[in-house]
Amino acid sequence: MNFWGYKRADGRAGIRNHVLILPTCACGSETARIVASQVRGAVNIIFNTGCSDVQANTDMSQKILTGFACNPNVFGVVIIGLGCETVPHAKLRDKIKSMTSKPVVSFGIQEEGGTLKTIEKAVRAARDLAAEAGLQQKELCDISELLLGIECGGSDATSGIASNPAVGELSDKLVDLGASTLMSESIEWIGGEHVLAKRAATPELHNKIIRICADYEAHLKAAGQDCRAGQPTPGNKFGGLSTIDEKSLGCIRKGGTRPIVEVLEQATRPTRRGAIVMDTAGYDISSITSMVAAGCNAIIFTTGRGTPTGNAIVPVLKVTANAQTYSWMEDNIDVDLSGIIAGELTIADAGDLLLKKIHDVCNGRLTKAEAYGFSDIAVDHVCRFV
Amino acid sequence: MTNAILLDKKDNVATCTTAATAGDAIKILGGGEIICREDIPIWHKVALKKIAKGDKIFKYGEIIGEASSDILAGGWVSHENIFSVPRDYASEMI
Repeated sequence: MNFWGYKRADGRAGIRNHVLILPTCACGSETARIVASQVRGAVNIIFNTGCSDVQANTDMSQKILTGFACNPNVFGVVIIGLGCETVPHAKLRDKIKSMTSKPVVSFGIQEEGGTLKTIEKAVRAARDLAAEAGLQQKELCDISELLLGIECGGSDATSGIASNPAVGELSDKLVDLGASTLMSESIEWIGGEHVLAKRAATPELHNKIIRICADYEAHLKAAGQDCRAGQPTPGNKFGGLSTIDEKSLGCIRKGGTRPIVEVLEQATRPTRRGAIVMDTAGYDISSITSMVAAGCNAIIFTTGRGTPTGNAIVPVLKVTANAQTYSWMEDNIDVDLSGIIAGELTIADAGDLLLKKIHDVCNGRLTKAEAYGFSDIAVDHVCRFV
Repeated sequence: MTNAILLDKKDNVATCTTAATAGDAIKILGGGEIICREDIPIWHKVALKKIAKGDKIFKYGEIIGEASSDILAGGWVSHENIFSVPRDYASEMI
């Protein structure tokens, strides 16, 4: 199976060709937003970290920023810095340039003499990159260049029973075709981690999955917190999910059944092809942020209660098996899988349907959140700002 | 007629696919029928047999929690009467 994508110098394939306006820190975010609003083909993110952080938080912010810039859906990057942040624009630019050959330019607000002067220069730079991006032709790419992020959010009981198994079927089909899938949200493995770990290709990977859950609970405990206080969420409980264990056992079904060939730290690029899992929060926006930084070029998202979320760099295709949610929130949901619950659609047929939908997205079909220009982001944190 | 889905033979709960009213006969997809003892919202769980305080709750053939109070057969199983049991990760290592 092939799709029409943008081949990058590092061998990966993008399914979009964005110019990314990337702030180094919160202080550059509004300027970046205005620059992106002036240039067709440019997207921006709002960044809430990047300064006054301990080293572990800075490391996470840098993984997200560099990962976003290197994402295959990005043609080129315009960085907007302030000047006194932890990693200033020139340093971030050099770091990104050492990781990718794509065009990267950067500006500093203090250096340029304020927002308006920065905007003027950055808009010209973004305009030139967007003009150049328009010349890049789509080429036939093998489906093995697809790294599909698999996410769920606003789950209810329909998620674990119907939409997650359907996405699991999609994941199996893609892996069998040579593509890769990435499931994250390790907090939502807890209670089902022993089931998930059975899919591990090696005993080392098995134990790594168990250890991630143990470490996550220990990390929260060290701060006097308990994951069972926040999981399931009030919406999950209202939707019929009573414990984290029940939620997790439904969540992990979206990863399918193929052997897990790699277990990644958060926001890390995979080195293997196949079914992969990554250690992230269960907070869906934060999990997607880390999957985009890891290089996912498309994301499929199951929901029961409905969610509007979208990402600036990577299209997010949302599916639900809750008939009421689909009809009530059709403006936010791309695919209706309620036929599974009604007994009119088999899980196998739903997998085929989703494969076609994802294939369309790879070929350029906009998801609803993408058409609205949504740009959600949440960078995970180890501890308080300093 | 109200319906509920049984996901695994080991399970002692089923998931209602329509809201159920006390007195309704709930038809279980996956086997059997049970009389609903209290109103149960759509997508919530109905107990398929009497569950005593301290009993394990099974869904997907796996433990999803433990009962914090007695639950009647046909009763509503929710976060109000079951809770998550801490994991024993060390025993899961191979």
